[in-house]
Amino acid sequence: MSDPRPVPLLALRGIGKSFLGVRVLHGVDLDLAPGEVHAVVGENGAGKSTLMKIVSGAYAPDDGTVEFAGEARVFRGPRDAQRAGIGIIHQEFNLLPERTVAENVYLGHEPVRRGLVDRREMVRRTGQLLASIGETALPADTPVGRLGVAQQQVVEIAKALALDARLLIMDEPTAALADHEVELLYGLVRRLQERGIGLLYVSHRLTEVFDLSDRITVLKDGHRVDTLWTADTTAGELVRRMVGRELSHYYPDRAGPDDLGPVRLTVRDGGNRKLRGVDLELRAGEVLGVGGLQGSGRSALARALFGVAPFTSGAVTLDGAPVRLRSPRTAIRAGIAYVTEDRKGEGILARQSVLDNALLAGRAVFAARSGRTARTGRARELLAAVEVRAAGDDQEIRFLSGGNQQKVVLARWLALDPRILLFDEPTRGIDVGAKAAIHDLVRRLAREGAAVLMISSELPELLGMSDRIVVMRDGRIAGELPAGATEEQVVALAVDATRERVQ
Amino acid sequence: MSVRSLLPARRPVPGVFVALALTLAIGWLVVTIDGGQLFNQSTTVSLLHVAAGLGLVAVGQTLVILGGSLDLSVAYVISLSTLVAAETMNGSDGAVLPAIGLALTVSAAVGLLNGLLVTRLRINAFIATLGVGLLLKGYLDSGYDGPAGTTAPTLVQTLGYQRVGPVPLSFLLLVVVTGAAWFALSRTRFGHHLVAVGGDPTVARLSGVRNDRVLVTAHVLCSLCAGLAGIYLASRLGSGAPRVGTEGLYDLESIAAVVIGGTALAGGRGGVVGTVGGVLLLAGIDAIFNQLEVDAFFKQVIRGAVIIAAVAVYAHRAVRKAAS
Repeated sequence: MSDPRPVPLLALRGIGKSFLGVRVLHGVDLDLAPGEVHAVVGENGAGKSTLMKIVSGAYAPDDGTVEFAGEARVFRGPRDAQRAGIGIIHQEFNLLPERTVAENVYLGHEPVRRGLVDRREMVRRTGQLLASIGETALPADTPVGRLGVAQQQVVEIAKALALDARLLIMDEPTAALADHEVELLYGLVRRLQERGIGLLYVSHRLTEVFDLSDRITVLKDGHRVDTLWTADTTAGELVRRMVGRELSHYYPDRAGPDDLGPVRLTVRDGGNRKLRGVDLELRAGEVLGVGGLQGSGRSALARALFGVAPFTSGAVTLDGAPVRLRSPRTAIRAGIAYVTEDRKGEGILARQSVLDNALLAGRAVFAARSGRTARTGRARELLAAVEVRAAGDDQEIRFLSGGNQQKVVLARWLALDPRILLFDEPTRGIDVGAKAAIHDLVRRLAREGAAVLMISSELPELLGMSDRIVVMRDGRIAGELPAGATEEQVVALAVDATRERVQ
Repeated sequence: MSVRSLLPARRPVPGVFVALALTLAIGWLVVTIDGGQLFNQSTTVSLLHVAAGLGLVAVGQTLVILGGSLDLSVAYVISLSTLVAAETMNGSDGAVLPAIGLALTVSAAVGLLNGLLVTRLRINAFIATLGVGLLLKGYLDSGYDGPAGTTAPTLVQTLGYQRVGPVPLSFLLLVVVTGAAWFALSRTRFGHHLVAVGGDPTVARLSGVRNDRVLVTAHVLCSLCAGLAGIYLASRLGSGAPRVGTEGLYDLESIAAVVIGGTALAGGRGGVVGTVGGVLLLAGIDAIFNQLEVDAFFKQVIRGAVIIAAVAVYAHRAVRKAAS
């Protein structure tokens, strides 16, 4: 594609990056002109964040070059990129809530007069900066912690501009914003454009991408699929380019009609801080897939069912009887097991033995009725049954591979004979062989009568494993799809392509 | 967005001064009923003397705590500083300035060591400063059985006992040091950066702050304050005292004063003015119970309760703020 403008502000050429031998970016090219809004879209794991981290100096590329303002640059770190004029607005703000707007904007380069910080000058300059992007109502001497999310975002942008940023990266800038605040961000983006600032805009929300961007680059599995002029494309076209790939391995057979048992779990109109109006039914013997983007409420649903962040409204029944799942302990006693997304942080005790990890939940929640030796014996059987490969039961779990750690976590829950299993990204960070083993285990558990709910960001896994798929968006269930649905259908529900405003 | 949140910042008077006023009022009432006098010349003077010693340490402690660190070695630095000062003077007025200089230099060196252990070796501040403290304790215990050296008479007469009305010179020194610390925190880059490092080290680093340098400086300043407190104590006692720091519980009391004064133990929020309030509150409680001739152990119980109550109030406020 040809670029009509002479010198691009940013030119990425053949950017490649690997982590631990896994290639996450393959020869990506991207051009950004001054004053252009260039959207970068793709599924979870397509390589968007890695690419943005390379541009902002957090990672160094393995291959390729980054040209900024006509010069090839190698950034030694985020500060180096900042000094060159590249700012990044993260989803989580880098602000100090206890300090004022001005103190945050000028942190690290406070204006000084006779060796002392010139507070008045700092407030004045901050006011000017804010006014220059149309934010006159924001007092520069208010503590940032008192501001709303949208205003904090404005402060972040002002902070980048105070460093004379010519390129701003916005990573999911609307994820934390309410609907009316999104309109304000639109205005802000336009004013930044008028100042000749180039914007890289990463977003899952196609509505915004179409409203704001001049061009769109689609990434998939670390490759650049295409770069399109926004005016010449449609949401449907974009979704088609974001998905579509070959199945990499075979999944165990799905449940037949005979395998499905009675309804195990129902949720009616469940809600809490992150979820609204969730209706859900889970049958014995089935694997219910939960799709959606990060932050759409998938994990919040699992955490609500497991009592970590319980439902505050609505009703839950278990085998027909109403239950209140108010803590993980009550959930475990009700026969629910939860394999968490963050294995290192929430799944394992890294410095304890394989056996202690396998016994953790049982010891904590149930008295050993049939004796400790019996319990330990059963844990050993289960560890063998799930084929954990370790030097011994007393090896510290942190020395095991991710797949084997996950098997230990599974054994822990199987020891409790759970009726309902919640899996949150059960195969994240696990190699292909162990993945298949875990898929087989999940299916075997369902076949033995457990009800399984499985969250996955990997579309092939979600489609391959699920008997039924619900897709979440903005804390609600956006829709349900039967087995055999396509990736495009899932993505369309997840990004709300039906709301597209394009002609 | 509420209207309140759009108002400019008003840095409110720390709640500790309300508590201080209440405590002194109630204490005055109780002492008067008891037939004593809380605010006569001698009690006021001794209250301010207690406050001066603890205050100097606590202001330094505020700096490191604001930066997200901590210093448990201050009590030993104080003892060391009294000895270095008194032994160098050895009763001679001519040696006052070199002695003060040497005591402060030694103290600053300890602070530098603390700071480097915390930043370069990434040792938890609690452990690093405790270790340095124990190191000093070993030196003091093996080298000294009791008081050593003699403080120069001029210093005893001035810093030790001279007053302006009921206000001891030492308390004025505290006011000056507090003012300097306040100024440094609000008007220098160092101060801004220190609060940022304590608030969120990652944010500070990504904003171009040299976190390590800032924290080392804070540790040096903290030890300098402890050294200054040592010089003051040497001028009160007339000699160097190897256990004055630990017997005065200056390590834990200084941290308590900082916390009562509204500085977050995790760093990033608070200031030295509140700390002085905390120091006066602790000294005031002391004075009241001395007048009432309350049992010393019971006095400790009350102090413990005050510290817990203060932290509970701040924690409650923080929760309310987060919820709003």
